[in-house]
Amino acid sequence: MGAIAGSWQWLTTAANWAGEKGVWHRLAEHLWLSALCLALSTLIALPVALWLGHLGKGGALAVNLSNMGRAVPTFAVLVLLTLSPLGRHGDWPTVIALVLFAVPPLLTNAYLGMREADRDVVEAARGMGMSGPQLLLRVEIPLAYPLIMTGLRSATVQVVATATLAALAGGGGLGRIITAGFGNYDTAQVVAGALLVAVLALTVEGVLVLAERLLDPMRGRRRAARTGRPHSTRPASS
Amino acid sequence: MSGGAGGPSCLETNDWICGEYLRTRSQELVDATVQHIGITAVSVAIGLLIAFPLALVARRWRGAAGPVLGLTTVLYTVPSLAMFALLTPVFGVSASVVVTGLVLYSLTILVRNILAGLAAVPAEVREAARGMGYGPARLLYEVELPLALPALVAGVRIATVSTVAMTTIGSVVGYGGLGNLIASGMEGFFKAEVLTASVLCVLLALLADLLLMGLQWLLTPWTRAQKRAKGRARRVARVAKAVA
Repeated sequence: MGAIAGSWQWLTTAANWAGEKGVWHRLAEHLWLSALCLALSTLIALPVALWLGHLGKGGALAVNLSNMGRAVPTFAVLVLLTLSPLGRHGDWPTVIALVLFAVPPLLTNAYLGMREADRDVVEAARGMGMSGPQLLLRVEIPLAYPLIMTGLRSATVQVVATATLAALAGGGGLGRIITAGFGNYDTAQVVAGALLVAVLALTVEGVLVLAERLLDPMRGRRRAARTGRPHSTRPASS
Repeated sequence: MSGGAGGPSCLETNDWICGEYLRTRSQELVDATVQHIGITAVSVAIGLLIAFPLALVARRWRGAAGPVLGLTTVLYTVPSLAMFALLTPVFGVSASVVVTGLVLYSLTILVRNILAGLAAVPAEVREAARGMGYGPARLLYEVELPLALPALVAGVRIATVSTVAMTTIGSVVGYGGLGNLIASGMEGFFKAEVLTASVLCVLLALLADLLLMGLQWLLTPWTRAQKRAKGRARRVARVAKAVA
């Protein structure tokens, strides 16, 4: 197919990788934006989720928040923020929109993980005289770890994917390569940009799966026969 | 907000909320909404038509489950802008690009939910039906599907709501329904257009969700009977405890 050959040619042209509009620069923008948003949303969502989960309250809120998030188009929020006074400050509309959409999956999964931590085990630990913080750090968080990481993974992939949309609202990142291609009716560039973004999203997913295995506080002790755990799926970007 | 008689109209001052915009551009809004609903409905319907056999195949042959789930999940991680971009050379700039992209996204949610729903049917129920002489097809349509319906509808609801939201990205190829208005509003810094289209989009998603919830309510009368019975049993138990 012509488009594939064309995009290969585009990707192998050194000039397309260099400079302000080059792939390297856009990739750096994309990764920096994603990392910033992810750090901010984790800082917001995790403490809240762990606290709510520890207390056992606010479950309906956490779940409804996540479901409502699906109904709001990211694109609309991005554009609204860009047109608001915030829009004068570079990438901030993008950051705020991405954080807004990354918090719900993080929050819901971490909360569910905390609630699903085997109640008997938690009670036993309490009976052994563990204090609240000890219980949280040594029992609940290790037990909730798989779901916390699932949430982190879906949030990360979502942020990396949605950062692409920033380009539609004038922000930076790899999406710029696609939108610039659409602007010039340059199919080869459009496909090349799309391939870059897709490969990046899949790579990030793969790296996170590996990291999840390596960092597991109960590595080896966790049963292989873990039954299917709930998985929060949200579209790549909307 | 909008100027009174003699003052500048809200279109001139570019207010976020503008009644005049609604009045003068209602046809445009209706057209965009109709396109939005059409694209969403077609995408979810096709998604369901593909997801159902896929789920059945994944259930029937264990070996197929891994690849089917893996492939649909991988598709899910492809960003929507990239997905539409990748499909453009195949279909040209057309609504098919948007519909195909949305169908591919809905597959993950639908296949997973259909599988989960079918897996949750109790084995005794299946055995009982088989004992009564039900063949595989009749078992599926008359016993398993009705029991899996709540999980199935839950999947369709999630898929529909996120499809409504994602249709807006179709504006990159000109088939984004309300997304087209958002995009053109952004280019012209036309605030009322952006806000109105965004709000309509969210309302559309919530309305679709409510409709599907209603549909499930209509299709599963037995769950209501069960709930009533459970409530009655609880009340009886409470009374019994109070009496004892």
